[in-house]
Amino acid sequence: MTTSAIVLDEIVPARAPWDAVVRKGQTLRIVDLEGNQAVDFLMYALADDAERYSAQDTIAAQGNIFLRDGARLLSNEGRLMATVSATSVDYHDTIGGACSCESNTLRYGHHTKAQHACVENFLQANARHGRGKRDMVSNINWFMNVPVEADGALGIVDGISAPGLFVEIRAEMDLVAVVSNCPQINNPCNGFNPTPVRMIISG
Amino acid sequence: MSDVNTADPAGARAHARAMAGTQVESMPTVPAIEARDRPEGVPAEAMLWAETIAAGGYASKRLDRGARLRFLDLAGDACLSMLVFSAERPVERLNVADTLKVQWNAYLGQGRLILSDMGKVLLSILEDDAQTHDAFCGASNAASNARRYGEDDNWGPHPNARDRFALGVAKFGLGRKDIHPCINWFKGVRIAADGGTVAEIGPFAPGRRLTLRAEMDVIVVLANCPHVLDERAAYTVTPARALAWRGAPAPLDDPIRNATPEGLRAFLNVEEDLRR
Repeated sequence: MTTSAIVLDEIVPARAPWDAVVRKGQTLRIVDLEGNQAVDFLMYALADDAERYSAQDTIAAQGNIFLRDGARLLSNEGRLMATVSATSVDYHDTIGGACSCESNTLRYGHHTKAQHACVENFLQANARHGRGKRDMVSNINWFMNVPVEADGALGIVDGISAPGLFVEIRAEMDLVAVVSNCPQINNPCNGFNPTPVRMIISG
Repeated sequence: MSDVNTADPAGARAHARAMAGTQVESMPTVPAIEARDRPEGVPAEAMLWAETIAAGGYASKRLDRGARLRFLDLAGDACLSMLVFSAERPVERLNVADTLKVQWNAYLGQGRLILSDMGKVLLSILEDDAQTHDAFCGASNAASNARRYGEDDNWGPHPNARDRFALGVAKFGLGRKDIHPCINWFKGVRIAADGGTVAEIGPFAPGRRLTLRAEMDVIVVLANCPHVLDERAAYTVTPARALAWRGAPAPLDDPIRNATPEGLRAFLNVEEDLRR
């Protein structure tokens, strides 16, 4: 293993947004400090933020809905944005999307309307860079487990992560990573207990 | 063409006007009330739209709440990729992840809802005899078309769905950032136990159809390009027909409206938004 300098090492508090530039060739390691913490993740090309992560392009190109070690994360223009360079969790989700105040009203009832949600985090983080609601697309959910059963049944179920497990991506272009450390408390995506995660950029 | 005089405006005008009445395979019928394939039971004056979308073509259309929208896979090889926006506030749009997650199901078919990113129902599926649709693999783009067909552009023989969408949304003042994850009608993708995508490309029997109901005022943007998992070497896609007619919004006792608690709340959120 080559040694590479740590550029950034931060803790994202439970329920909080986070964003950073990751340069081509750098790695971003996300550590699930306390286990089963969904980390909602979007990325945009630094040079042109109309080019962004595309779950559908990624799924079509790899022929699978799960993101595993080596997965190539494609943009909406079909270009390689990043590669999963290491993961100690078998697979991650990219079909479940982000929780929002509005979708929470459908999924759980209108009593959840005022709860904090991932879309709120994404909007807040993106607003600092001039991006808005049009920039919301289907995201990655690191450490989240969304199986599809034979009859089409689909849902967010108990996670397969554990304290200290991690995922690492290598940027294949200069990109902006935007994260919502998921605040959801109505399903098992965070074990009903949102917790902090650690972000380490190296290279 | 030697007898055609286009050397002066009068001649050019006569030449242009002589084209009137030309019929081609892929074109709109205007007015739609004259469409020969008007659905049974629909009065002519209720017709809103009748257009055959070319192989490799696109279309975009605004429809009022309650309108019915039917797609026909005329020759068995259409692949209609669809974006949906709120016509009133286009920043509200189809959310594919919410559409699947909220309904606890991966596959679209009769009785399912198409949901917005604001917890509301954009469209519901009234009938579906195709049963091969795809919410996972999205639109082809310049890179995927160039890889398969060697060429990809809107001005060439192998347009890709993303570039078609770019034109379709532009007609409503929208741009590249508005091209959100889409739904593909008539070409299917199923998910295997290991998460693998299983493509259902056909070709299928001609005439399969899908009928939607607009539950809000919507803009639909359609591209008819080969599915991104279609492995045939040739650019293979056949024309699709779009028909729309005026209709009543879902009544309070509508079975689709009331089918699930999650779906009912999506209707309630629409109805609440329309209270003025």
